[in-house]
Amino acid sequence: MAGKTLAEKIIGEHAANGSVSSGEVVIVKVDYAFSHDASGPLLINQLSRFKGDAFSGSLNKERTIFFIDHAVPPPTKELSNDQEIVRQFAMGNGLVLSDAGNGICHQVMAEDYAAPGNLIVGTDSHTCTSGGLCAFSTGMGATDIAVAMRLRKTWLRVPETIKVNLEGNAPRGVYAKDMILKALSILGTDGATYKSLEFHGSAIDEMDVYGRLTLANMAVEAGAKTGLIKSDERTRNYLEEFHRVEQWREMASDENAVYESEISFDVSELEPQVALPGSPDNVKPVSQARGAKVNEVFIGSCTNTRIEDMRIVAQIFKNHKKAKGLKLIVTPSSQKVYLGCMREGILDTIIEAGALVTPAGCGVCFGALGGIPADNDVIFSSSNRNFPGRTGNPKAQTYLGSPATAAATAINGCISDPREFL
Amino acid sequence: MSGRAWKFKDNISTDEICPGRYMSLRSNLPELAKHTLEDARKEFPLEVRKGDFVVGGKNFGMGSSREHAPIIIKMCGVRAVLAQSFARIFYRNSINIGLPAIICDTSLISEGDELELDLGKSYVTNLTKGTEILFPKMSKTMEAILQEGGLIPYVEKYGDLLLA
Ligand code: SF4
Repeated sequence: MAGKTLAEKIIGEHAANGSVSSGEVVIVKVDYAFSHDASGPLLINQLSRFKGDAFSGSLNKERTIFFIDHAVPPPTKELSNDQEIVRQFAMGNGLVLSDAGNGICHQVMAEDYAAPGNLIVGTDSHTCTSGGLCAFSTGMGATDIAVAMRLRKTWLRVPETIKVNLEGNAPRGVYAKDMILKALSILGTDGATYKSLEFHGSAIDEMDVYGRLTLANMAVEAGAKTGLIKSDERTRNYLEEFHRVEQWREMASDENAVYESEISFDVSELEPQVALPGSPDNVKPVSQARGAKVNEVFIGSCTNTRIEDMRIVAQIFKNHKKAKGLKLIVTPSSQKVYLGCMREGILDTIIEAGALVTPAGCGVCFGALGGIPADNDVIFSSSNRNFPGRTGNPKAQTYLGSPATAAATAINGCISDPREFL
Repeated sequence: MSGRAWKFKDNISTDEICPGRYMSLRSNLPELAKHTLEDARKEFPLEVRKGDFVVGGKNFGMGSSREHAPIIIKMCGVRAVLAQSFARIFYRNSINIGLPAIICDTSLISEGDELELDLGKSYVTNLTKGTEILFPKMSKTMEAILQEGGLIPYVEKYGDLLLA
């Protein structure tokens, strides 16, 4: 009998008849359903269309979460009102509220909730981030999540899986972000539509969960439903660090699992990668983008800015200042990361380098809050998307890269190779 | 009833359909709808008429899960979105709110062509070119949801999620 991929295994455990194969459409139990201030008001409105109690199903209130993370603190009265709708709804129904300042939904899910084998849905395309902890997690719209919250289930088409093999040891200055950008350049922005990405290889064995979260986070940039990585000792260590080791279980796909296709590359030959403005699959090695002038650098988002990223950023900024006139904005992804930066002296280094540090949240990433670029600004961002207009001004341009490349770029005022500072 | 085709390029993102900079308008959908697709074609929200069609290329609706994107397209009076392919969240969202998202060969449609949609028989008539474009039937589940006008009325009617 054919073996199972991670997606098939996890979905199977949540489906009524137990065993599923790619291509089947099934109804599955949901472990966590969440929303946030950007989609929450619409979701709450959809819930109100149900007659009677909005939560007629077997709602597990501890597993229904509302985050206030996208526009914190709110820049307009409209967004303030929206956040109040979300806050009151969560509190009024006894649901979990992750309030402003606590962090980006995906980072907080990875810190406090997601565990191997979970099935998680959220009103955000980067819900797939928790795949780095071997949770089948996927983004949907407000209506789907409203129904998932009400009924504690959703329907899914079991995805085919593309196996992504990452072999070798990452050289100095090359991180998970560079690997996923490279993979995107091969797959394209629709190369994995409706599919699951499953990451394998010796580079994954050697990668800690924080890097795995970065890989899984950008699976959706290839159109994928989710990105999954096995649960191993490193997963166990991570859960232990967040005081929930009892939620650990080992999980891997079967040896004889069936993959739709495979891509492979050797990370030991990789240089830092940069996505050129317009699309995250428009990727070049840093040597080919080097020297391009940049006047805003954003180090933030759910893709990067975990504490490990911040340590690297601080290492690069040590004894350096940002280029004159360049806007440098640093946004920790969660309160825990923020506190870690304080305790480890990372904040001192970053602020002394000239950064404007903002509260934990989505920050500059999607253009509704501070840091909106001026016309013709060129931004270098550690986030995941650089579509036209993404950062709030269609006349600006955005490059993507690792936090290390972003930090080096901030020092020189032009796209730079982080290895210069490591 | 026929409507005009508004052609868009490949890979139209939800950032272009419903820019994040208008996040403050998300609880004011009629105002938000005045900016529908303006980053892709400035004249669209000003000139679109009831019954018109949005015609995309590959991977229409990629990016964010914001359901506001198909909602404001629908609020503009758009009859259906036609594309070679859709990003999966956008596709699901469209059906969930009762906006037909049709996968068909849009290279056979030019800007401004008069189109007519027959959902039941699965074809689009191009009145300008005198051609018919057949499209594959959508999955039974999707079809059933669309028939009820979206996922909420569907769940209200059946009291549960069912697989058709
Ligand atoms: S950081 Fe950016 S990509 Fe991540 S959830 Fe926030 S807006 Fe979305």
